[in-house]
Amino acid sequence: MEGFMTIVVGIFFTVAIYLMLSQYIIRILIGVAILGNAVNMLIFIAGRVTREAPPIIEAGADVLPATAANPLPQALILTAIVISFSFFAFLLVLAYRAYQTLKTDDTHQMRLAEPEDAPPPPLGY
Amino acid sequence: MATNSIPMEALEKSMVLAPVPAAHWLVIAPPVLCLLVGAILIMVRKRLDLQSWLAIPALALLLLIDAALLAAVTREGPITMVMGRWLPPFGIAFTVDITGALFNLAGGIAALSAGIAALGDIDRTRRAYGFFPFLFLMVGGVSGAFLTGDIFNLYVWFEVLLISSFGLLILGSEREQLDGATKYAILNLIGTTLFLIAVGILYAIFGTLNMADITAKAPTLGAAAPMMTLSLVFIAAFSMKAAAFPVNFWLPASYHTPRIVVAGLFAGLLTKVGVYALIRVMVMMLPQEGGAYSLLIGVVAVLTMLTGALGALAQADLRRMLGFMVITGIGIMLSGVSLGAQTAISGAIFYALHSMIVMLALYLMAGVAGRMGGSFSLHDLSGLYARSPLFAAISLALFFSVSGLPPFSGFWPKAMLVKAAFDFGVWWQGAAILVSGFLTTIAATRAFALGWWRMPASGTVTPMRMQASELVPLSALTLLSLVIGLYPEPLLALAQTAANGLIDPTAYLHSVFPAPLQHGAATP
Repeated sequence: MEGFMTIVVGIFFTVAIYLMLSQYIIRILIGVAILGNAVNMLIFIAGRVTREAPPIIEAGADVLPATAANPLPQALILTAIVISFSFFAFLLVLAYRAYQTLKTDDTHQMRLAEPEDAPPPPLGY
Repeated sequence: MATNSIPMEALEKSMVLAPVPAAHWLVIAPPVLCLLVGAILIMVRKRLDLQSWLAIPALALLLLIDAALLAAVTREGPITMVMGRWLPPFGIAFTVDITGALFNLAGGIAALSAGIAALGDIDRTRRAYGFFPFLFLMVGGVSGAFLTGDIFNLYVWFEVLLISSFGLLILGSEREQLDGATKYAILNLIGTTLFLIAVGILYAIFGTLNMADITAKAPTLGAAAPMMTLSLVFIAAFSMKAAAFPVNFWLPASYHTPRIVVAGLFAGLLTKVGVYALIRVMVMMLPQEGGAYSLLIGVVAVLTMLTGALGALAQADLRRMLGFMVITGIGIMLSGVSLGAQTAISGAIFYALHSMIVMLALYLMAGVAGRMGGSFSLHDLSGLYARSPLFAAISLALFFSVSGLPPFSGFWPKAMLVKAAFDFGVWWQGAAILVSGFLTTIAATRAFALGWWRMPASGTVTPMRMQASELVPLSALTLLSLVIGLYPEPLLALAQTAANGLIDPTAYLHSVFPAPLQHGAATP
């Protein structure tokens, strides 16, 4: 199970990196979204995939049974999902505003803050 | 703990039952205060005058708390407070050692100075967009990152400060800001995602997220775990956050676009969080791997320094020149991390504190220069010395400080790092620090010659005065830099103690896992 999931995570990372290498903002953003999901699955596998029992401490016992699923990665992933989702929402709005204002989502043409023909500093008085 | 159903013995195994001493609440106070005030400011966002009346005293209180925390940590050694009273490593722990407290105090100084400068620089429209709430949330994230003792919690604070920095960066939504912010936002988000990947792998290897627990377990794992891979992901993630070459192009693309106070805050605080995290992880938690990657970090440090200094030389815009100077400073700190010995780490910490204060002051100075001279371009800027000799004196002091010339604060850490580099036979790093310092001096003094000494074509200028909101933070920060430069012993001693605590984290571990509790010894 873990071996199979590892390959799936690898494929997710591959797709995400391929998309993020694009020069168009929208493709980069889709890559970022997939990257976030790849990381979530990575954390999930990092906690060992078990499905024997829900993580509930039985009556009279102090600790979880060894077969119980690991609850911590789920808490971590939940945090990471909330964060990456809100960031993705913000980035989408930001990219749309940038597209409206700059009339392009091609990063090669987004040179407003760093003009290509910026003059060198003065060489003398 | 009046519980009927759970026996005390079971509680003792899982919770901290002793009451928390009053001084230990200081550990959690800075982020709590920032988030609380940030929330209140959002509630009163329509009442702009009330906002500044609330914000400045709150920032002053934050600075007092930060100073008290440093005093407490110096007195008692590292202090740990666990959330929800869960015994470490189960609960989230906040552990403050001198390194964290020092960074936190410098952050508090920068935040208060920026808050005062914002009264003049941030106009009412932008305050209505929420400058002060964003400021508090970002400072809360920064102080949380400096104080936490849990690696996943560190990631969460990174995200808190990142999302607030997005808000600050696009205040006003100008065309240039949207362009710069898009690049800044995407690349920084990828950087923190890399950090999250590293945390995931780390959890898979260690099964714990508590920094002290990881520090204790790291030497026992040996070759059984992919520690070098893990360390490389951490180095990549923090290098991206700290703006180290070659993953730093988001910084010169964006730092000159926001309001000058915002740019100064970013230059002072954000990249230093990356450096702090790198020191915490590679020096304290994974020292063997940090040592093994010493050459890699050293090469990155040298390239960062030199590209930063050459970039600063090539810029005609004062703010963009400062952006490259931030990068040069990061290279110098990384060089200390690469050398790894006590003198080098203390030099890196000292330099980071100096840089937090001086980079903010330099940006504030650029803001005044832009207002007085009407432009940030070195082609147009002129006659500032004739306009205001006092401002020219402050500017020259700051230019000297960033170049590392005595008697200002930049001199000592650089001297320590150069000495450490030559002592360990890594002469090329020492030489790179000297060369980059020389190039920075040329860039800074050229800016001074053109913008301050050169008279405008018309030949006459009208004298101008600095506003109070410019003069107070600028002169305070410059004086601080001068005082540190003239009397460096206290800070030097603190930085050395901090470096000792990182290299030999026994006290840090003891603070999180007091020995009797670790063995579950029954108390009568």
